Amino acid sequence: MLIRKTRSVTSDGKEEGIAMPNVHRRAFLKYAGMGAAILTAGSIASCSSDEDGGMVDEGVSLGTGDVSVLNYAYALEQLEAAFYTQVVATPYSGISDVELTLLTDIRNHEIAHREFFKKALASGAIPNLTVDFSSINFSSRDAVLGAAKTFEDLGVAAYNGAGKFIKTAEYLVLAGKIVSVEARHAALIRDLISNGSFASDADAQGLDFVKTPQEVFAAAGAYIKTKVNTNTLPK
Amino acid sequence: MNLQNIFNEIEKIDPEINERLDTRRDAMKQFRNIGRVLALSALPIALGSMLKKAYGRTPADVLGVLNYALTLEYLEAEYYSTAITRTSLFPNAASLGAFTTIANHENAHVTLLKSAITGAGGTPVTKPTFDFTGGSLNLKPFQDYPTLLILAQAFEDTGVRAYKGKATVLMENPAVLTVALQIHSIEARHAAHIRYMRRNLTSAPQPALKPWITNAENNVPAIQPVYAGEDNQVQAGVTITGIASQVDKAAATEAFDEFLTEDQVLDIASLFIK
Repeated sequence: MLIRKTRSVTSDGKEEGIAMPNVHRRAFLKYAGMGAAILTAGSIASCSSDEDGGMVDEGVSLGTGDVSVLNYAYALEQLEAAFYTQVVATPYSGISDVELTLLTDIRNHEIAHREFFKKALASGAIPNLTVDFSSINFSSRDAVLGAAKTFEDLGVAAYNGAGKFIKTAEYLVLAGKIVSVEARHAALIRDLISNGSFASDADAQGLDFVKTPQEVFAAAGAYIKTKVNTNTLPK
Repeated sequence: MNLQNIFNEIEKIDPEINERLDTRRDAMKQFRNIGRVLALSALPIALGSMLKKAYGRTPADVLGVLNYALTLEYLEAEYYSTAITRTSLFPNAASLGAFTTIANHENAHVTLLKSAITGAGGTPVTKPTFDFTGGSLNLKPFQDYPTLLILAQAFEDTGVRAYKGKATVLMENPAVLTVALQIHSIEARHAAHIRYMRRNLTSAPQPALKPWITNAENNVPAIQPVYAGEDNQVQAGVTITGIASQVDKAAATEAFDEFLTEDQVLDIASLFIK
């Protein structure tokens, strides 16, 4: 099956209501549909030439075209929002007032990002993902900040890698508006771990991380219980 | 409708579509092959030559963006490079270390952009003569540490907003767009750190200042144009304030960095160009 539904069933069993369309959303979906047609053609080629049998169509579909890229971002924002919600609900031992304030800010930003994608994608949005943070000791400052660093650096790398796949100018700008905020988070978290490490992993050309969706899901997969089908993401 | 029908339909409108696609595909394939054997330092040249291979010519608007970016990187590179020669200005090793890290990045960006422009058949703009007193602003960043940080913050936050404003011009050039995004997020990391340094100043701490931009707030009137429009609460028709109980106006504006137009950026930069 080459053209898949953008959404199968939500993780909590609820059907999501279709919000009132507005002009922006309708225009966006029109563009996204155009992208989907082109990308579907692309995936025919990649399926037929794929001889290692790696294409398993299982799990939540991200959709195609710009919808798939935005759902990819939505999945990561769900992960980050859930993580910081837990951090703020059960602060690590010895947390300072300043740290709690700034981590609460980050939680609120990630929730804003998550809810934005949910609204913008409307009926094309993937369901709520189930996360698994059982490997993270939330009472330990080192463990929490270490995981936060992983998530933030991964988020930056993901947006940097996804930019070139976005076909709709307005959504490229939006990704740009979000990625720099993720980079600000990453810098702070790194400085809390070790002051001065805000950008210490830039390469010799002064460039930040960049990762493909496949690389990002390979790294984030350990924290996402819901099976996500990444086959429709642009490569 | 099958794939061939789609191409046939397009061909009625654009008779050269097949030729165009073939050329582009060849260029992409060639670039991937080159990429496998390229050393890291050779990347900017490869970027430039790919531009020419894919399009036969280098689009003037892409070169324009690269030169625009180069101008801003010249400014930042000279600012930080000058600052780190005044070692007594810095209160501790950490602050000098941070400025050294940033100086290295900005100088690397200058080298990268110049090589990319040259490789694409363009001519890099020459480095302007800078005046970091800001003319009539009469600032003394290299004599006064808090002022040094204020201007650094202004340059970093401007840089982030400038790159963001040009992303869509680079859409047709995935390799160049990706490099621009990688510079953009490094500038955001710099901005966050400089803001955090100002927050924790011993002499005049700024406890309200966070690594992110709240509303369009800034307590230094001279650099207020850097924050124009940062209080936007609506993204792609979606109102962010109140989108969830945790998201008040401050959070909504912090969560999205806004872009600046080239005119807005050049108005800011021109204060420091002789």
